[in-house]
Amino acid sequence: MSKSNTKQSSHLKRFSYTVDRAVEKPFNWQQMLRLLAYLKPYSKSYLPGAIIAMLVSTAVRLIVPILIGKVAIDIAVANKDTTLLTYLVIGISVLYLLSYVGNTLRIKWVNVLGQNVIYDLRKHLFSHVQRLSHRFFDSRSEGSILVRIMNDINSLQELFTNGIINLLMDIVMLTGIIVILIALSPKLALAIMVIIPLMFYISTKLRRNIRRSWQYTRIQQSRLNSHLNESIQGIRITQSFTQEKENTEFFEGVNQDNYDSFNDAVKKSAMFSPVVEMCNAIGTIILISYGAFLILQGDIQIGTFVTFAFFLGMFWEPISRLGQMYNQLLMAMAASERIFEFLDEQPNVKEIENPHVFNNMRGQIEFNQVQFSYDNERIALHDISLSVKEGETIALVGHTGSGKSSIANLISRFYDPTKGSVKIDDYDLREVELKSLRERISVVLQDTFIFSGNIMENIRFGRPEATDQEVIEAAKVVGADDFIARLANGYQTEVEERGSILSAGEKQLLSFARALLADPSILILDEATASIDTETEVKIQKALGRLLKGRTAIMIAHRLSTIREADNIFVLENGRILESGNHDELIALKGEYFDLVKSQFQMLDAI
Amino acid sequence: MDTFKRLKQYYWPYKKYFFISLFFLLFVTGITVVYPMVLQLTIDEVVIKNKYSLIPYISGFFLILMLIKGLSTYYHQYLGDLFGITVVYDLRDSLYKKLQVLSFKYYDNAKTGDLMSRLTADVEGFRFFLSVGFSELLRIVFLILFSLSVMFYYSIPLAIVTMAAMPFLTFVVLRFDKRVHPAFRNIRKSLGRLNTRVQENISGMHTVKSLSREDFEIDRFSNSNNNYRQDYLKTASIWSKYFPLMEFIGDFCAVVLLAYGGFLVIDNQLALGELVAFFSLVWYIMGPLMNLGFVVNQFSQAKASGERLIEILDAKEDVREKENAIETPIKGHVTFDNVTLTYTENDDHALKNITFDAPPGKTIGLIGATGSGKTSITQLITRFYEPEEGQVLLDNRPVDEYKLKTLRRYIGFVLQESFLFSTSIRENITYGCPDVSEEQIIDAAKRAQAHDFIMEMPKGYDTMLGERGMGLSGGQKQRIAIARAICINPSVLILDDATSAVDMETEFKIQKALKEVMDGRTSFIIAHRISSLKHADEILVLDEGEIVERGTHDFLVSNNGPYQHIFDIQYQDRKAIMGIVN
Repeated sequence: MSKSNTKQSSHLKRFSYTVDRAVEKPFNWQQMLRLLAYLKPYSKSYLPGAIIAMLVSTAVRLIVPILIGKVAIDIAVANKDTTLLTYLVIGISVLYLLSYVGNTLRIKWVNVLGQNVIYDLRKHLFSHVQRLSHRFFDSRSEGSILVRIMNDINSLQELFTNGIINLLMDIVMLTGIIVILIALSPKLALAIMVIIPLMFYISTKLRRNIRRSWQYTRIQQSRLNSHLNESIQGIRITQSFTQEKENTEFFEGVNQDNYDSFNDAVKKSAMFSPVVEMCNAIGTIILISYGAFLILQGDIQIGTFVTFAFFLGMFWEPISRLGQMYNQLLMAMAASERIFEFLDEQPNVKEIENPHVFNNMRGQIEFNQVQFSYDNERIALHDISLSVKEGETIALVGHTGSGKSSIANLISRFYDPTKGSVKIDDYDLREVELKSLRERISVVLQDTFIFSGNIMENIRFGRPEATDQEVIEAAKVVGADDFIARLANGYQTEVEERGSILSAGEKQLLSFARALLADPSILILDEATASIDTETEVKIQKALGRLLKGRTAIMIAHRLSTIREADNIFVLENGRILESGNHDELIALKGEYFDLVKSQFQMLDAI
Repeated sequence: MDTFKRLKQYYWPYKKYFFISLFFLLFVTGITVVYPMVLQLTIDEVVIKNKYSLIPYISGFFLILMLIKGLSTYYHQYLGDLFGITVVYDLRDSLYKKLQVLSFKYYDNAKTGDLMSRLTADVEGFRFFLSVGFSELLRIVFLILFSLSVMFYYSIPLAIVTMAAMPFLTFVVLRFDKRVHPAFRNIRKSLGRLNTRVQENISGMHTVKSLSREDFEIDRFSNSNNNYRQDYLKTASIWSKYFPLMEFIGDFCAVVLLAYGGFLVIDNQLALGELVAFFSLVWYIMGPLMNLGFVVNQFSQAKASGERLIEILDAKEDVREKENAIETPIKGHVTFDNVTLTYTENDDHALKNITFDAPPGKTIGLIGATGSGKTSITQLITRFYEPEEGQVLLDNRPVDEYKLKTLRRYIGFVLQESFLFSTSIRENITYGCPDVSEEQIIDAAKRAQAHDFIMEMPKGYDTMLGERGMGLSGGQKQRIAIARAICINPSVLILDDATSAVDMETEFKIQKALKEVMDGRTSFIIAHRISSLKHADEILVLDEGEIVERGTHDFLVSNNGPYQHIFDIQYQDRKAIMGIVN
């Protein structure tokens, strides 16, 4: 069997996957209180309701063993009193009914409570994230944000649903049992209770040890899954380069690691219940030897002995759960720390009080000696001054990293300049309401994002209140109507980002329709470089003309035809404007722009 | 049962784990019922008959039995788990190997998400069933049988009364299970939708912010968030309805026991200790019964999981190597002889009567609208698909006469989507040829115009790429993909829209470098931009799977056909601008 000897092959290092490390943090009261604050809206309804329901059923479970042992056995049976026995049976039945009702309500309310808290917390976090600025998203991967909103919040679910109530229930139960036992027979109680610390030890330390090995198993498993996922997505590359065998070797290594970690974890887990049972066995032996002795001494009655036997079996559950709870709290600490880290994050781009609201925007833009840096290390824009008149189209030309996108980002105020100011219609952007600003500006990105939903909804994203008719109208104007009509369900066709239903060019047309529907005063357009077939390209060119009409436009342009028609062209390099002017002026200047145009065409002819 | 029969080859070799585990289970369940008997003995024999001298014997006997039980529990559980993970190790291995050989045709119709859920959830479900599910069923049966035997031994009427509750409980349990499982599925589904919603929002954040749609997004999110809450609460309400009921039935049983048993004790028909023992025994029956639904459900789920796994294992391997396939160096002479291709039956032809000849040294350009069949042609050369009619020849020999490894070893492919693996840049470039030298890697990267930007990265060639090559721009990814293809030193190089995301200047440099590399070899270039393929020796213009026009650029450009049409559009402003420049 290959499982026993791990293969040592260079292929084991072929791929590397980052996996989440084990998550546990020391207990922190401040954080706990902050978490518990989310219970507050329910502190007068579901929370006390659930606690009362819990107390009722716990009380029943504590009372019945006493009734059976002390009353039924020691009195009714001992005295052959059938009437008392009958009353007792009726009484216990009623108690069980109460417990039934209590359980039903507890389960119901506890879940309503937990789900509401989780709902609130997740909504709070999500809404907060929506308000954060670009800078926040620049420095974090999509995955790490998703993990906080989904997994971290989910990991608090159990705590808020059953955790808190169970904690109370177990404490009540455990103290209840101990008090009752001591009241019935202090000697026997003390003798039996030696197993309690032992049980606590098992349920915390031993369980923790086991849980760690399961955590390790999960890490191995997520590595395995990452590789499976990647190998499916990259199967075409693998087959092209005939790396099937090599990948299989790698996989066997991962599979082996997974097997080994699993084996270790189940081995440890299998020890758990024997140890717990041995613990119980010790309790039983103490009970029968010392208990029987006490009865024969006349110290206790048989009924007390029986009651003890009942309660002996009830120790484990609360202790086990308390141990689990302890571990759960440590994990909740890690999750809540990460959640709070996000919640404490403030948007970099802030609104002032009583900002200017754009009801109308003329679309006149002015950059006044703007300096800008993304990370305070590298300066992306140096001393940029430019102005765009209402209705004008300007083109930004330059290599990757020359600062074209930074200029566009400042106009939408996704960032603030480090020096100087950006004004629209003579209002400094720091003094305007963000929503009204961005609603008047449409940005069409190179890689248009398609949300899952149908085409209609995707276009309507530009203006949610638009009617179907308006959506279709917009699609027609930009020439997207043709290909939409050809799709299986027309405007109702379901699309998604990763789906291959739409080509790059078609996505671009959709985003044009989206922008047109929004009817902005300023349009910022990052032209696509991705391959688009010529027919679609023609459509895009035509649509562009319609889209630009009557608006101020900032084009990050790649196509000469677009650039040539701009009112003003800015040639950028390393964050500085080298030249500006219209096409003819710049050609006449015989500077950078002239060289750029010339070299492009010479290149075409040279190959 | 067919499912389990079909998968027998995976679990039967490890049957000994299973049977030994079962053997230990007998001890585990048998000894479990000893505890109530010990209580009974203590009360009836020791206390009532005043024979304390028995206690050491009872204690010692009990301790020994419990030690045996402890060991048995350990081995029962461990071997059961071992059985599951060992079988699943082999099963995973087979699945992976199978996935490696399935053809493009299979992957065209398969969704990654679906395959992943089979490989993870279904495999895990199957493991769980093997490890726990089946033996849990036996545990329930054994425990009930043992407990009933002891009960009948103590008191037949009382045992019958207790048994009367069993059908009720079973009924409730099964009903609960029937309702709760679809509800759980709903929770999973709405959690999945919530996840998608959030993920999409984060991925599209730039779009959301640009259009100032944060509030709209919060509304949509709240909707999904609420759906999840509602589905969860629906399940909780089923839970709150049935679970207390099950417990109540058990409790009620204990009450009946107390009434009838108490009466029997008073009547001297039953010893007190026996009654006490009954209170424990009744939970040995009720407890496992509550689990019954879960176990039954495990069965049907494992069966469904098994079926989904078999579907993968039995999937048809469209492209198979011939038995006498040969291994020989390939020079790269590609010939298509009247090739017709259909992807799925009853579908339109993807390619119709394609014929061309590309001897070594020749460059073929392929142009045409999206879906016109450009990619299909190149994928037939590597046998990713098989033609329906006609022949694809390499060095005058049908491609299916070569070993797949040989065939693909000599063909360098740059696919449309430049997929990179989660490993270092170096490992990505050497993906097809792990043993090349450092100079060769750098040389390939230089030719693909990737060397400079790689060197600018903090760790150069050792920079790790995240899943799906995150962190690189589209153009950078494409350049690494080109380096990867050059690195295997191919006789035939296929560039499928390989430079769409790089700027014109870089593309020009790449083309110049490739021209050098491909001297004396065969190249195929698929592109939309005329500038990318105008230097080809022959350009095939495709439309709906057919060659509608062919020839050199100089010929096609004035042939009044679709090529000229494309040219005119792409170069409309050239004349105007060039006029001024020159």
